[in-house]
Amino acid sequence: MTRINLTVDGEKVADDVEARMLLVQYLREKLGKTGTVIGCDTSNCGACTVHLNGQSVKSCNVLAVQADGAEVTTIEGLATDGQLHPVQEAFRECHGLQCGFCTPGMIMQSVDLLKENPHPSEEEIRLGLEGNLCRCTGYHNIVKAVQYAAEHSSGAVEGAPA
Amino acid sequence: MIPVQFDYVAPTTLGEALTALSQHGDDAKIIAGGQSLLPVLRMRLNAPEMVIDLGKIEELRGIRDDGDAIVIGAMTPHAVVGSDPLVAEHAALIPKAIEHLADAQIRHRGTFGGALAHADPAGDLGAPVLALGATFVIAGPAGVRTVPADEFFVDLFETAINDDEILTEVRIPKHTGWGAHYEKFVRVAHQWPIVAVAATLQTNGGTISEARVGLTNMGSTPIRARGVEEALAGQPATADAVRTASERATEGTNPPSDLNGDAEYRRHLAGVLTRRAVLNAAGA
Repeated sequence: MTRINLTVDGEKVADDVEARMLLVQYLREKLGKTGTVIGCDTSNCGACTVHLNGQSVKSCNVLAVQADGAEVTTIEGLATDGQLHPVQEAFRECHGLQCGFCTPGMIMQSVDLLKENPHPSEEEIRLGLEGNLCRCTGYHNIVKAVQYAAEHSSGAVEGAPA
Repeated sequence: MIPVQFDYVAPTTLGEALTALSQHGDDAKIIAGGQSLLPVLRMRLNAPEMVIDLGKIEELRGIRDDGDAIVIGAMTPHAVVGSDPLVAEHAALIPKAIEHLADAQIRHRGTFGGALAHADPAGDLGAPVLALGATFVIAGPAGVRTVPADEFFVDLFETAINDDEILTEVRIPKHTGWGAHYEKFVRVAHQWPIVAVAATLQTNGGTISEARVGLTNMGSTPIRARGVEEALAGQPATADAVRTASERATEGTNPPSDLNGDAEYRRHLAGVLTRRAVLNAAGA
């Protein structure tokens, strides 16, 4: 067993884990954060996307021990004070989901995408979400949700337009 | 699935990592970003007894200007290399290849040196570093040695790095002002290239003075398309001249046949993609 110390959704946690434990297993099975889901066994689908030190990663493709000392944000840590994150709000507003299974990963990757590129074109959104699969093929509304979030959060993030 | 049980150490210096490696030898596996290794461990295609994590070794990260070369630390993530202004200025081919490497999440986590040491013939970095004539810096119990790119890739998933050695950095000779393009052919998003071509070249008044071309997935290692390079030198950067030169792209190749395409199809792709890559790199 290896001792790990990390911060998950703002809370400090410490555990002894097997080295082979994946970060996604740790989040779900040790911390009960089942909002982050496992969609595939191949690191293709992106459903398990979380932020590790502020950057999106596939948590099925990171060992829990590799996250020692890191700050992890999951879909469960996005909302603050009961207020949905603007990207969560946009997915709800635009119905950016069908069955909903890919949604946590789609939202986490969209947040990362908008952080790096606050006003992406449709093509940039599709490329930025390349590592996230929606098996309902509901991409159209997902792209619209990211566009909606980009339009509606710019005021809040960057202040009033000049 | 989850990996088979293994022991784990995360040294904080290169010296400690080399010691751990020499203690465990064949039974140990190095993990860099883990984006290729973890799927392999999860599918239980490999079951090392010891995993040595390089993630906490700061000296292996970073990019620096070293006179006539740009030096990229082996543990520098793809996303950092791909957006680095020094690399863009002096080795534009590298960010062109990284732009479409895997996906954003994997580019955050995967490392430049890890991908090269993994030596997947369909990996996107081998052909560019080969084309740019990179030098690999490898540390071992006997000290540090350098290996030119031409000798680094030995076979499928096999490099010049010995079992007791660690790749520490990659030196890319400056190609300042050279045009560059990476042309990758895939059927669906996020796929390994069926074939890809890395081209970088210098033009002088519409004439190609020197060209470097590397091929991805046209054999068990990345391959320099020397025939194309020879044929391009001194030619005008026009569609006709480039088309003729690109016919030599299949020289010395031994492409695989698989569900994505047979060898003959890959040879066809190599010519087409070489033409596109060279014309794009020339801005024509």
